[in-house]
Amino acid sequence: MNKIAPHPAATTVEPFVGRGVSRPNARRLVEGRGTYVDDVELPRMVHVAYLRSPHAHARILRIDAAAALDLPGVVAVVDGRQLAETCAPFVGTLSHLAGMRSPPQHAMAVDRACWQGEAVVAVVAQTRAEAEDALQAIQVEWEVLPAVTRMDSALEPGTPVIHPDLGSNLCFHREIDSGGVDAVFAAADVVVEETYEFGRHTGVTLEPRSVLADFNPAERRLTVHHSHQAPHMMGDLYARLMGIPEADVRVLCKDVGGSFGLKVHAYADDFATVALSVLLGRPVKFVADRLESFVTDIHAREHRVKARLALTRDGRFLGFDIADLTGVGPYSMYPRTSAVEGNQVINLCGGPYDHPHYRATLDVVFQNKVQTSQYRGVGHPVACAVTEGIVDLAAATLGIDPLELRRRNLMADDSFPRKGASGILLESLSHQRCLARLEEMVDFAALRRDQAERRARGIHRGIGIAVLIELTNPGAAFYGTGGARIASQDGATVRLDPTGIVHCASGVGEQGQGTETIFAQIVADEVGVPMDRVRVLTGDTAATPYGGGTWASRGAGIGGEAVLQASRQLRANLLEFAAVHLELPVERLRIAGGAVIDTAEGVPLMDVAELGRLAHFRPDLLPAGFQPELVVTRHYAQRDYPFIFTNGIQVSHVEVDVETGVVTLLKHWVVEDCGRVINPLLVDEQIRGAVVQGLGGVLFEECLYDENGLLRNGSMADYLVPMAGEMPDIEVAHVETPTRSSELGAKGAGEAGTAGAPAAVMNAINDALRPFAVRLTSQPITPEKILRALHPHLAD
Amino acid sequence: MTDKILVNMTVNGMVCERWIEPRLHLGDFLREELGLKGTHLGCEHGVCGACTVVVDDEIVRSCLTLAVQADGAMVETIEGKSESGALRDLQDAFLERNALQCGFCTAGLLLTADALLQAEPEADRARIRDHISGNYCRCTGYHAVVDAIETVGRQRRSGGRGHRHE
Repeated sequence: MNKIAPHPAATTVEPFVGRGVSRPNARRLVEGRGTYVDDVELPRMVHVAYLRSPHAHARILRIDAAAALDLPGVVAVVDGRQLAETCAPFVGTLSHLAGMRSPPQHAMAVDRACWQGEAVVAVVAQTRAEAEDALQAIQVEWEVLPAVTRMDSALEPGTPVIHPDLGSNLCFHREIDSGGVDAVFAAADVVVEETYEFGRHTGVTLEPRSVLADFNPAERRLTVHHSHQAPHMMGDLYARLMGIPEADVRVLCKDVGGSFGLKVHAYADDFATVALSVLLGRPVKFVADRLESFVTDIHAREHRVKARLALTRDGRFLGFDIADLTGVGPYSMYPRTSAVEGNQVINLCGGPYDHPHYRATLDVVFQNKVQTSQYRGVGHPVACAVTEGIVDLAAATLGIDPLELRRRNLMADDSFPRKGASGILLESLSHQRCLARLEEMVDFAALRRDQAERRARGIHRGIGIAVLIELTNPGAAFYGTGGARIASQDGATVRLDPTGIVHCASGVGEQGQGTETIFAQIVADEVGVPMDRVRVLTGDTAATPYGGGTWASRGAGIGGEAVLQASRQLRANLLEFAAVHLELPVERLRIAGGAVIDTAEGVPLMDVAELGRLAHFRPDLLPAGFQPELVVTRHYAQRDYPFIFTNGIQVSHVEVDVETGVVTLLKHWVVEDCGRVINPLLVDEQIRGAVVQGLGGVLFEECLYDENGLLRNGSMADYLVPMAGEMPDIEVAHVETPTRSSELGAKGAGEAGTAGAPAAVMNAINDALRPFAVRLTSQPITPEKILRALHPHLAD
Repeated sequence: MTDKILVNMTVNGMVCERWIEPRLHLGDFLREELGLKGTHLGCEHGVCGACTVVVDDEIVRSCLTLAVQADGAMVETIEGKSESGALRDLQDAFLERNALQCGFCTAGLLLTADALLQAEPEADRARIRDHISGNYCRCTGYHAVVDAIETVGRQRRSGGRGHRHE
């Protein structure tokens, strides 16, 4: 019998799941040794630059590119019509969003450009600089068409229709009605009503969108290096639009420099770049520069929501009545569409609260602006700000403390599983426990005393609360049922190598959240090896199980469960193998610390590496007919609910300078229930990072357009994102309600911060300004808006 | 086309000489001419700070510095600073505190933080936040970055300057 020296911690190994271990794969990033797409250079690689429409809406009368072709380094000049021969058009609709419409979109504009920034001509050259030089030599003759810019007049009769075939600028309309809403509002003691506006903003990943397409004509195989969240989805789309078998398309996502949903979409530029590689038979690289990022990256959140809330005199919520209008650009984004954000807004308004009646309408309209689509939080920041804003208005109207009004109306922790009034299914939430945890964290009485004391001295501080729910771990309800080939299932393959290393390959990738780290923690625990014996591979469609990738906060909950199931089975296989080899009953054995342990004697019997060695090199020593299986693949799809909801509460403490309108963020608190916490170090930073993106949205970020549909602030100098100096410290606490839909119990944690922060800050500002009887409901809440509210007669 | 100009500079201790176009900025020079991909270009108009490098002991934005301006200069990038161990304490602290996510801004933040701590190891949180405000990070929300820099400042003050002068 192979007895080995006892492993130091062989019998009492502390689990890795639940510990704040740091990320083994981050060392390369702090040393500047990561591999982002722009770092990859291939033989015969050329670069593409796109000539983009300078107009929001214009017909292309003539393109004269002859002069560009003669310039140094230029390899090809291709227009939209030529490219359409290689890349089929695409339509961004989902069949379960009934009645949704969007016209076919091309990789580059054909005949007509519909937003400022749409690619019209591609120049491929030896260097990006040469390609940009050649753009200057191209003449395009335009017929400028009237642009639809305002969403509120997009459906009016006098407004031009962007796509005449559709008959109107309506992309999608939906209504939810629980019934009896008019009667309830008519009979209610109190009805409060307010309109909330949300400025368009965008993700501003620090690494711009990047794609390096490498079509090899000899074998007709396509390899795409992509800065992306959903490599399998992209492989499928490239295959279908270019007519290449999916099996011959490989998508690689190494290091991704920020994603936030912005990089989950299929951009026209991606298709154009891949089509150019197919056309030219050589690698073509496209890296958006920052200026073109602002006019081609998806925007999000251009919404105007009218909200009404009916209550009893003692503050019981009776019903919400919501009308959301959102403008989404000229085409619905393919393949996830531009209607999901609005759809989520009307699904989620009023979501944390127990109320019997609900009515909501949604109008999604086309405009000649950049396309909008899913960005971190997707509708939640809007729904949360509307809900929490009007709850605060109700509290002020009734003279009830905002925290107390919420306490009276939150869904009780023991009322789950249940339905929300909008029809959403909720598995298990912990609003009451989160509220209790929040009150341990935040001394509200002291904050109120401080507020009163300072107010007397002309200093205006405010406290804002936001309760939220967040959908995570989606099933097929999001896309699959609507006909999009976007996997809701994900898989993991784990294997033991002869050296005793356990490899794990997952369809869910890493964009810095720590996905690979939490997978390594799960593998380590479930197989029974130290974490430094685990290697994780993601971001390669040729080497990982087919899966959906990273979106809707599904990485930990869906991908992690697949890793858990695969690892458990590998451990079972290893134990069976060890039992056969050691001639002991399998029940007597367990694996911990990388060793097979005899539970009867409490001693390690052999290292798992020895099992690897035997299986690979000495199968002759194994009993006849026994085949050890050291590779296991398992899949997981969450099928119990459409989504697994999380919940949380945030509090913002601000000071508003009523002379300048400047808001100072003093502190931010978060209580979050994302189910089982796999790695608190990583989860807390997901939450903090997400909160700050929400803070950017509520205070700074907006894509400003002029009346002609031209972006006025398309640079990082003019478009403001949060800087360190303006951001507060953020305190985070957890309540853990594991989901019962998986054995891992993890729910998503990546987006709730963004969902709740805008509402908390808006409420805090309005709380600060209560003595002035003004309310700010248009985000971003800029100093100018605050001063205009305080001084309504102020001249321009 | 403008005539190329000969530049000669010392990058991470290595002398290099290249004929370059005068319009080439230092970031592109490092990445494309020298293959030093650790310097990242986030905006190329001097706002985001991702492309920060050290030129003659001063942190500069390599996207706003023409390569010809660095003629004769000593240039240090994240690669050189990593190999020398000059940033090891900061790198360790960033890892331990999870003060990075996607890592795209991290080289710039580390070099900017090091410049602060060399001049003011006693910098408090507000001062740290102020100093790194020219370095955008879209992932972390900055709290962990400030924690990590504060920790290293404390270590350096107490003589644990770690790997710098070993």
